[in-house]
Amino acid sequence: MYRYDHYDQAIVDDRVKQFRDQTHRYLAGTLSEDEYRPLRLQNGLYIQRYAPMLRIAIPYGLLSSRQLRALSDIAAKYDRGYGHISTRQNLQLNWPKLEDVPEILAELAKVEMHAIQTSGNCIRNVTSDQFAGVSPDELTDPRPWCEILRQWSTFHPEFAYLPRKFKIAVNAADTDRAATRVHDIGLDVLKDGDGNIGFRVIVGGGLGRTPIVGVVIKDFLPWQHLITYLECILRVYNLHGRRDNKYKARIKILVKALGIEEFRRQVENEWAYVKDGAATLTEAEVERIQQHFTDPAWKQLDDLSLEALAVEKNDKAFTRWLERNVHGHKKPGYAAVTLSLKDPKTAPGDITSAQMNFVADLADKYSFGELRTSHEQNIILADVEKSRLHELWLEARAHSLASPTVGLLQDIICCPGGDFCSLANAKSIPIATAIQERFDDLDYLHDIGELDLNISGCMNACGHHHVGNIGILGVDKNGAEWYQVSIGGRQGYNAHLGDVIGPSFAAAEIPDVISTLIETYIDNRESEDERFVDTVHRLGIGPFKERVYANKNAGKERAVANG
Amino acid sequence: MPTRMPARKGLLPMAKIIKHSSIIDDGWTLLRLAEGESAESVALPAGNLIVPLAVWQARKAELLARPQRGVWLAPDELAQDIATDLANLQLVAIDFPQFADGRGYSTAALLRTRFGWRGELRAIGEVLRDQLFYLNRVGFDAYAIREGKDIEDALKALNDFSETYQAAVDEPLPLFRRRGRAA
Ligand code: SF4
Repeated sequence: MYRYDHYDQAIVDDRVKQFRDQTHRYLAGTLSEDEYRPLRLQNGLYIQRYAPMLRIAIPYGLLSSRQLRALSDIAAKYDRGYGHISTRQNLQLNWPKLEDVPEILAELAKVEMHAIQTSGNCIRNVTSDQFAGVSPDELTDPRPWCEILRQWSTFHPEFAYLPRKFKIAVNAADTDRAATRVHDIGLDVLKDGDGNIGFRVIVGGGLGRTPIVGVVIKDFLPWQHLITYLECILRVYNLHGRRDNKYKARIKILVKALGIEEFRRQVENEWAYVKDGAATLTEAEVERIQQHFTDPAWKQLDDLSLEALAVEKNDKAFTRWLERNVHGHKKPGYAAVTLSLKDPKTAPGDITSAQMNFVADLADKYSFGELRTSHEQNIILADVEKSRLHELWLEARAHSLASPTVGLLQDIICCPGGDFCSLANAKSIPIATAIQERFDDLDYLHDIGELDLNISGCMNACGHHHVGNIGILGVDKNGAEWYQVSIGGRQGYNAHLGDVIGPSFAAAEIPDVISTLIETYIDNRESEDERFVDTVHRLGIGPFKERVYANKNAGKERAVANG
Repeated sequence: MPTRMPARKGLLPMAKIIKHSSIIDDGWTLLRLAEGESAESVALPAGNLIVPLAVWQARKAELLARPQRGVWLAPDELAQDIATDLANLQLVAIDFPQFADGRGYSTAALLRTRFGWRGELRAIGEVLRDQLFYLNRVGFDAYAIREGKDIEDALKALNDFSETYQAAVDEPLPLFRRRGRAA
């Protein structure tokens, strides 16, 4: 993974000093609330419903065991002993004290970490594929490009006060695990006919209250031009993006208003001036960064089939875990493993200090001391020897990190919602819990098969509800918490936004609604191989909608009759 | 030798600005149109004026008769709007009615890099200490710090960071082209 040299360290250390001083001036009253707000946001510090929230950057989701131990200590010392993995692969602390934040940042800097640009109207933490570097369907490792972008975007002087936040994702595999279609800029790493690396550049995607799938602005951008081209996109956006209405300020609105042809023309026009300038990437720099992402010291192992392993251990729970939580690896004899943070007893994505220390130990023991966070809010150990999977499973299970439900209905993506977030219309965690409790039968869960269920507490869509196969959105109806349900969304190259099935529901109705959706799917699927989302796309939302509202009305009549 | 005007009672002391990293007396007067005033008819006070773009466009001949000329741009006015006039100016200012409106950063960068502006580039409006480092990087060299803020204190912000990653106006080489060079 990338290690800081004295330049990187100096930049982060200077930031700590700067923020310490800013916070000091704020507390002393010489910096007003309005003046301090953007400064603290660009250090990941929100003032939330009950306390400040600090979002710590985990660049493209990669962490060392040493860093995770430091996070564990910080969560124990300055918070309530747990953190929350966000859908942007970052770690959020929900209860720090504002006056402690400079000290927290100083502790983070000691392990080459920070909270820079994890919030605010600037370029945010670049995200990527959680299986980067090990997945069999990968063209090349996307992380060096992410790191190049991280350095370029860190304290970019021209783009610190954009109309709105700006998110970039990079993917380099056949399967899009980075959701590049729903980012302000999505980059697909490609090779041209001569084997040269470049990027397909996608612009103007995003979720939020106007969900839009991004469009291709450039089919193939040779790697040398990555930074100059992105600077031109940002410049056109910075100058022309709307600033009169924050709901219309994302780049997607500008791209839509101008049309992609005109937007592209403006970007290319800018680019003609800066192309081949000093910001053009050099081979030496790319090599320097790539040297930080070389393969770990994998052993030469005979491959081992997971089926054989399942037969050998003859344990249904282990077999299920192998099916759901163990993923392919490009090196024979190795697998990537998801440690699930979706234990129904805790909020999705939450991890305690004790679990952090434990995961750090597991990373040291099984996976070269490194781990990743995923936007599905889980943790990945990327380089586990298959012959040690059973041993790992036993250990993980003892710490509630082995729910064998990755990709299934229990693996809910969920934002912090009304329990923490001051923007929320409604709570989201209790909804996730209620659904997880309803569907706690593992046999049934595995029978239902792959299903992404995503929950957001408001239009800002931090829980990515639009691209959930089932999406749940908290809405406000005369001050009460209601939930709108959509189906048919999906992430990936064929990203699709779900359709709302009809009027919204009260919290108590949601588990029944989900049950009815699932029953409708089970009754209608062509085979066990047809996933929920495929059935929705084949049949349309009609049959689902009918049955949900028929049941709902029947329920009402019963209630009236009983009343 | 002209006699020096005695300081009149009630006359404000000359405003201070930051220029080229030091605090100096400001030799310019900023003209903003008050409500009801128009670019065509507004009275132009004596002295070195920084006028709105619209005033410059409407009164160019008049202003060209003065020895020093300055123009300021609003956030929605672009670098190219003033590009062909740059040779006739000594000062360009960019207004930040709200510091969080960052359009002026791109405008400044374009004036310096695309249009070759070498004269004074001044930030006016809500110009605060904590934006100075970035403003300096995109090509500003003068700052009229907002009234009520400590200008000495603001000056310190120019040294907030000892190193930077990107190419910008103050350092045209990105760090990756400088890294590892002997210090
Ligand atoms: S989706 Fe809304 S409620 Fe949920 S975390 Fe984001 S802003 Fe808060």
